[in-house]
Amino acid sequence: MQAETKAAADGAPAWPEDIFQSLKRYDVRQVAYVPDAGHSHLIERVIGEPSMRAVSLTTEEEGIALMAGAWTGGQRSVLLMQSSGVGNCINMLSLVQIFSLPFLTVVTMRGEWGEFNPWQVPMGSTTAGVLELSGVHVLRATTPEEVVDVMEAAASQAYNACTPTAVLLSQRLIGAKVFVK
Amino acid sequence: MSKTNLLERRAVVATLLDGRKNAIAVGGLGASTYDIAAAGDHDRNFYLWGGMGGAVMIGLGLALAQPKTPVVVITGDGEMLMGIGSLATVALQKPANLSIVVLDNERYGETGGQASHTSGSVDLVGVARSCGIADARSIATMAEIAAFAASMQDVAAGPRFASVKIDGANLERVLANRDGTFIVSRIRQSLGFMPI
Repeated sequence: MQAETKAAADGAPAWPEDIFQSLKRYDVRQVAYVPDAGHSHLIERVIGEPSMRAVSLTTEEEGIALMAGAWTGGQRSVLLMQSSGVGNCINMLSLVQIFSLPFLTVVTMRGEWGEFNPWQVPMGSTTAGVLELSGVHVLRATTPEEVVDVMEAAASQAYNACTPTAVLLSQRLIGAKVFVK
Repeated sequence: MSKTNLLERRAVVATLLDGRKNAIAVGGLGASTYDIAAAGDHDRNFYLWGGMGGAVMIGLGLALAQPKTPVVVITGDGEMLMGIGSLATVALQKPANLSIVVLDNERYGETGGQASHTSGSVDLVGVARSCGIADARSIATMAEIAAFAASMQDVAAGPRFASVKIDGANLERVLANRDGTFIVSRIRQSLGFMPI
């Protein structure tokens, strides 16, 4: 896999850092997340960044409501989650339209590329459709090289144009989770 | 209801907001939003007509963004139960300027008065405390409501949580504004933020 090939050189891929730098450039102050292995580097960077508040959630829809409060209070925010969490958000996503929120979410995909766990496949297969039906524009990054541009476009349209946007990070980019070596 | 000493919800909310100064008030979906509207429309009222379970998290996002401004979430037991995990999230963040008040009539008043979990075994004060919100209390008198309202102004001692057992009477709805962009923009403007 391309991501793993690139990662082999220095032990860690560069694209999670690209996402962090993009969020910092756009002055994102509240970062809500439900952990995912694909977001682990980014979460560590956010926790260590004084200008950002890392908000660990018990379930993903909490993040949508948090973002509504953050924006009302004058701060930009982002929601980091795994594809399985998108389904948890559906009703709360109505806030994004009702309030015209500058909404950005970065979603690590499961269930689509060499997946070992069949339980990830149903939600992974409907993630993009669920987001689109909920009024969220979907962009996708599949190679490490395109992450910078996709994040830049997503952050720009979300924060400058209040266009609700999701960035899907393909499982091919992250690498399929290894259960059995 | 046969229970005695239940407080009247409109009086509770009016007292909570009487000396609010610059506080932001978030109302949950349902009657608590009508109660806030009944206490008087205000630039800093955040009315919810949907997003059930989200009131406390909206309050958290606001409290973190505006740490010197008192933020009070006033919601019902049904709405609180749907977002029960948000008490754990709040406890972890420790927003010192956030107060949460649950108006607990032990039922889903908006949908016909069906019993909620608090009519049975659930103790919301115990849940809040177990999540890590040390200042969690049950309130039974208007004097305690007035004291809680005063404490909301202290933006260094929260988060605080109160559950108030209220009378289950269904009161006439006082319809709050329901245009979401207006509600948010009005609060933002009062905080000094311009439209994009």
